[in-house]
Amino acid sequence: MKLKIFFSIIYFLFLTPLHSDNDKKELLEIYKNLRCLVCQGQSIADSNSDFAATIKLVVQDQLNEGKTEDEIYEFLTSKYGEWIVYQPTFNTNNFLLWTLPYVVLIFGGFVIFLVVRKTKHNKVN
Amino acid sequence: MKISISKVFIFSFVIFSLYVFWQGLNKNNDYDTKSLTGSRISNFHLIEINNEDQYISEKELEKNKFTLINFFASWCAPCRAEHKYLLNLSRENKEIKIIGVNFKDKKINANNFLKELSNPYDFVGKDTDGKTSILFGIYGIPESILVNNELTVIKKIIGPIDQIQYDDILKLTQ
Repeated sequence: MKLKIFFSIIYFLFLTPLHSDNDKKELLEIYKNLRCLVCQGQSIADSNSDFAATIKLVVQDQLNEGKTEDEIYEFLTSKYGEWIVYQPTFNTNNFLLWTLPYVVLIFGGFVIFLVVRKTKHNKVN
Repeated sequence: MKISISKVFIFSFVIFSLYVFWQGLNKNNDYDTKSLTGSRISNFHLIEINNEDQYISEKELEKNKFTLINFFASWCAPCRAEHKYLLNLSRENKEIKIIGVNFKDKKINANNFLKELSNPYDFVGKDTDGKTSILFGIYGIPESILVNNELTVIKKIIGPIDQIQYDDILKLTQ
């Protein structure tokens, strides 16, 4: 019995605060990736507007219901469109935005390779 | 005639950049949620403002040919301006049921507002903390959503209803 009480105290003293800290971190991460639609360039995390306060409540509720971060983004996107998330999902409208930097990187590497090879070839000759 | 690869590449890049700029200039960058017209509303539960035991959900809306869901508050000045159109609508078009959602308001103020301006709503629900408004994609009030009996959004009005919006609602529900 004493052991049970001891472990209960340990749990409430150390584990519960850690758990709630993690929740707060997760909440903050989600808020940071949500745009405040009625503010000028502020995220939900930065804003004290009425809209931001309501979104915070909804996100908290959905996390308590056991929904994942992606499910919350999906829900809010279905209501407000892609604009509400700072990091939009990969789709046909934005595939160039996601892929072009990698294409340019590979192409640039290839050009550098050709130039270096040509320079070496000229030096040898 | 020999065309170098670099010239073709630069020309293609310029054309591509011009295309991107042209697309960007033609795109409407004013944010609104009107693009959600055509989507379906679901999973809502609206409690009556004066009676906690009375509520409506999507099932009740399916019985109406058309439903106009109007978000209002007593502290919202544009809501007063649009009120006459809601009254006209409730009188002139019996095909539309009007649901009022009282947004972040005090019950007494909402009741006084409806007493003063008259009540155009078939049902007045409360959204004290604003969470219900998120289910409808609301980001400011007044906003109104016109849905058909399949619960598909056929018109979303952001801001107060004016004569143009009023005529459009009548046209859509004929």
